[in-house]
Amino acid sequence: MKGDYVLLILGMGIVTYLPRWAPLILLSRRQLPEWLRQWLDFIPVAVLSALIVPAVVTTGEPRQLAVFQPALLVSIPVFIFAWKTRSLAGTVIIGMALFWIAGKCFH
Amino acid sequence: MRASHNLWSVMKDGITAAWPICVGYAPIGLAFGVLAQKAGLSPGEIGLMSLLVFAGSAQFIAVSMISGGAAPIPIILTTFTVNLRHLLMSSALAVHLQRLNAGWLSLYAYGVTDESFAMNMTRFREEPWDWRRALVLNHTANLAWIFSTIIGGYGGQFIPAGAFGIDYALPAMFICLLVLQIRGSLYVAVAVIAGLLAVACALLFPGNAYIVAATAAAATVGVFLRKWNGKASKSEETL
Repeated sequence: MKGDYVLLILGMGIVTYLPRWAPLILLSRRQLPEWLRQWLDFIPVAVLSALIVPAVVTTGEPRQLAVFQPALLVSIPVFIFAWKTRSLAGTVIIGMALFWIAGKCFH
Repeated sequence: MRASHNLWSVMKDGITAAWPICVGYAPIGLAFGVLAQKAGLSPGEIGLMSLLVFAGSAQFIAVSMISGGAAPIPIILTTFTVNLRHLLMSSALAVHLQRLNAGWLSLYAYGVTDESFAMNMTRFREEPWDWRRALVLNHTANLAWIFSTIIGGYGGQFIPAGAFGIDYALPAMFICLLVLQIRGSLYVAVAVIAGLLAVACALLFPGNAYIVAATAAAATVGVFLRKWNGKASKSEETL
């Protein structure tokens, strides 16, 4: 499907862009009701948690619960580091280093 | 307090805020480039995908589907469901991007990712921050992503699989971004609910709908908790 890659990428680009674009255009010009503002205020914390937690406690396809895996063990000190320092770059570097070491210990 | 519109200070603030994201993107982008190249994409196609899609997890999934011989339509549909969460992020960002014209909003929309979203939301809340700085942040991160994926496509085969904990760069970034969003016990509660719901849904159902479902449900519970909390504290005041 060599020549089709460009079309595929274009299709992926369009379906990714639309959900990013529509709410900005539709919502940024109006006064939102208080309940909606509150709901949107919880979106960041909720979406990040919904992304990260399944990623560190499940594995495989179909997904299975796997609590004792390096990703979760490493996440605990990484979380504490992030909490204390609030440094994104530092957390990424520490996280990678710990995960690398954990990988060596597990094998 | 208003932020300065001076071009130099706008660029400096935006890039300073973006660089930790770039540190995270570099290893992830390299890893993506390697996989994409193994799946048969040229560095040009890798760059085009990073430019037009600019969504890490969806790109990883698409490339693994390409390797598995999937047809374009299922890949595009999967991309759509994986990236549907941006609908919620853009809605939350809209609150901070009032009075911006459609052209700038359309440009801004392009740069909405998990990382830029979380970073800009933190800044909008905590310091003099504006859409100009947010746009610089978005596009600095975008450039880092495009370049690192292309470099991965060219020379990534020299990096052994799993080296330097590359696979953990993204989870580590998400953990810190999550920490930055927590502003009290109500937010901790919403995070815990979202995490538990997401795990339950991820185990019960295939696909990626669990992200949007758990997020929306947890935010809804948050609104009710806040309402209930507010009433409780009001009645305490009257006592």
